[in-house]
Amino acid sequence: MITTIIQRAVMQGTPLLFGSTGEILTEKAGHLNLGIPGIMYVGAISGVAGSFLYEQSFASPTMINPLLAVLIPFLCSIVGSVLMGLIYCFLTVTLRANQNVTGLALTTFGIGIGNFFGGSLIKLVNTDVPSIALSNTSNAFKTSLPFAEKLGWFGDIFLSYGFLVYLAIIVAVISSFILKKTRMGLHLRAVGESPETADAAGINVTKYKYLSTCIGSAIAGLGGLYYVMDYANGVWSNNGFGDRGWLSIALVIFSVWRPSLSILGSILFGFLYVIPTYIPNISVSAKKLFEMLPYVVTIVVLIITSVRNKKENQPPAALGLPYFREER
Amino acid sequence: MEKNVALELKNITKTFGSVVANKDISLKVRKGEILSILGENGSGKTTLMNMVAGIYFPDSGQIFADGEEIVIASPKDAFQHKIGMIHQHFKLVDVFTAAENIVLGLEDEKGFDMPKYVEKIQKITAQYGFELDPYKKIYEMSVSEKQTVEIIKVLYRGADILILDEPTAVLTPQETVKLFKVLRNMREDGKAIIIITHKLHEVLSLSDNVAVLRKGEYIGTVKTAETNEAELTEMMVGKKISLNIERSAVEGGEDRLVVENISCINREGVKLLDNVSFSVRSGEILGIAGIAGSGQRELLEAIAGLQHLEEGKVIYHNPKTGEEEDLRDRTPLEIRQMGVRLAFVPEDRLGMGLVGNMDIVDNMMLRSYNKGQSLFLQRKAPKGLAEEIVDRLEVSTPSLATPVRRLSGGNVQKVLVGREIASSPTVLMAAYPVRGLDINSSYTIYNLLNEQKKSGVAVIFVGEDLDVLIELCDRIMVIGSGRITGIVDGRNTTKEEIGILMTKSDAACMQEGGEGENA
Repeated sequence: MITTIIQRAVMQGTPLLFGSTGEILTEKAGHLNLGIPGIMYVGAISGVAGSFLYEQSFASPTMINPLLAVLIPFLCSIVGSVLMGLIYCFLTVTLRANQNVTGLALTTFGIGIGNFFGGSLIKLVNTDVPSIALSNTSNAFKTSLPFAEKLGWFGDIFLSYGFLVYLAIIVAVISSFILKKTRMGLHLRAVGESPETADAAGINVTKYKYLSTCIGSAIAGLGGLYYVMDYANGVWSNNGFGDRGWLSIALVIFSVWRPSLSILGSILFGFLYVIPTYIPNISVSAKKLFEMLPYVVTIVVLIITSVRNKKENQPPAALGLPYFREER
Repeated sequence: MEKNVALELKNITKTFGSVVANKDISLKVRKGEILSILGENGSGKTTLMNMVAGIYFPDSGQIFADGEEIVIASPKDAFQHKIGMIHQHFKLVDVFTAAENIVLGLEDEKGFDMPKYVEKIQKITAQYGFELDPYKKIYEMSVSEKQTVEIIKVLYRGADILILDEPTAVLTPQETVKLFKVLRNMREDGKAIIIITHKLHEVLSLSDNVAVLRKGEYIGTVKTAETNEAELTEMMVGKKISLNIERSAVEGGEDRLVVENISCINREGVKLLDNVSFSVRSGEILGIAGIAGSGQRELLEAIAGLQHLEEGKVIYHNPKTGEEEDLRDRTPLEIRQMGVRLAFVPEDRLGMGLVGNMDIVDNMMLRSYNKGQSLFLQRKAPKGLAEEIVDRLEVSTPSLATPVRRLSGGNVQKVLVGREIASSPTVLMAAYPVRGLDINSSYTIYNLLNEQKKSGVAVIFVGEDLDVLIELCDRIMVIGSGRITGIVDGRNTTKEEIGILMTKSDAACMQEGGEGENA
């Protein structure tokens, strides 16, 4: 039972980990991208659309190449979320629009796009249930190491997942390393802390902002893809993604802008998310209360970091502020 | 020794919208030379140098380095031509260490090897005699340490041409001496140094040549050895101005505001004010001297009702009723409703004094908005007041509807002081009212303070220039680390006496653990 709970927690946490790693990279460049829920949604539907078209192009499911079945949705998802990231960048970096307004608009827009195309695809397949099942693609995504099952609880906890789970952790670790230990990370953090300083030091602020936002969006979009293809077994239904996008943003604060902490945070959030299912005879209202816990934990973290007021644990100083060089 | 021209500007022009910031400016600086660029506020000194540093791009004109024409489109280009600028507002990332800030933006070295960088930094600090811990975070540093980081940052990039924008504005006299020593070392090393300033005595003591700008135009370059203060002032302001600040005798002289044993602490529990007692009398100017951050701000805010006090009293003697009232822990509105006419010109003009995005008329209304009887705002009276201030204090603004943040520092200050005086106060508190102002505007402010004094107002003037304090104030109170270290008579004190009082408290504070320094 404990292994199952841990498994479920990790799987619940993975979309959040993707989302928060992407958002951390973006925020480190000084952009509060509240469009993340929308971007994750678009990342999911793009993958679904790609995979749907690929699956439909064959008469029999046996002809599907598992490698392509993974690669096509993967690339589609990245393209979709990067496009969303580009819209956000163009508005907030180039046109210097208000970041909060742009982000919220993008979330609304992204969910709208997802539901529109999702709804269209559902109509195409003519089923009774309002969802599409891409079980073949999902199976490809869920392929875990063949010897995992033989290793008992160790295999269950550590080796039983689809490749996206490991990718999420690897991406978070790499992001952490880049931010802390490389020149690129130093420059990126400088852009988010004080763009005029970075500019005066000869760093291309616009380039860093665009790159970090777009790469961040791509990473976040994979969270959406993971949710549909792996967690939800390839079943797309409109609004199924829930509040995971917002939880990702909460996780950014919880992990005080450190992708490495975000790995543990995502598992904790996932744990809080799944734990009510394993409590016997729990009422619906108590279950809802449990769903609030990640947010409560985030608020507690916010309070603690604010009270301690340690500069390193604060958000990037220029977060949310547009930068314009020749301003007088 | 043959001295080569390191940097030459020819016919540089730069406009911002309809404002001409620099018009047809040409000047040069040689290797092993210190050039001062002298000019009043808004004369275009910083704009000019920002073009050399790659922050702005000139509309027309040429820049030559080592005799070759160069194009500086970005700060990176400037570094490539070995030009480095130390800005007035430090461009440092607070949460980074000194070393991280210094190597920020460098791409030429392979890998990312912090210990190696630190070694190189330590070599530079040793060469010129700086003191710096490369692993210290910027937000833990004093202003002078931050400036050191900025200078080393530029040297680390191998700059041969250094531009310093108002480097002494934030330093104590001792730190200034140290800085000048370092700059002279660099001159010996063959570096070309440009320093932007409006302080004449610094120009005379440090530089080889002086280039003067006035209202964006280039007036001329003179050798420091062949000039004097009067000539430079004339070049700078265009007309001869009296250097003497007038000071009339104190009339009245009864206690208006008596502060008794007040103390306050900040969030970390550090004492910002420690048992402070003094009185301000009607018809006098009380100067407050002290190293920046010694509690001047908290003291004024305590009187204005913006600072919570741990203990003590702030007694106001009402001249109309003769009653005494305690202002401690009252809000500014309560203080006003008690009939206390208190005017406050805070240090942070656009933060606490005025609203930057609102125009002059609206800013006037901040003081009077609650006087109206009807549902709608009465704009007529504040508009008249705004017109009067613009007219009388010669505020240069495109119109009354211009947001105040678009005005230059001096004009912002005039608007603020004008508004505060218009409320016909009985106590006027001004914190650094001439900071960043040119000579003409400063004198306008001194005259305004004197006028208030003559009409019986008790004036508190927090200043940093000791010469001004000594000439303007009747009494000078010296504050150090939140304590009063002495009150002297402005008519027969000396700079040395005040200087000793300022530093005395510091030493005393150090012995007690030195916590107060971080405030």
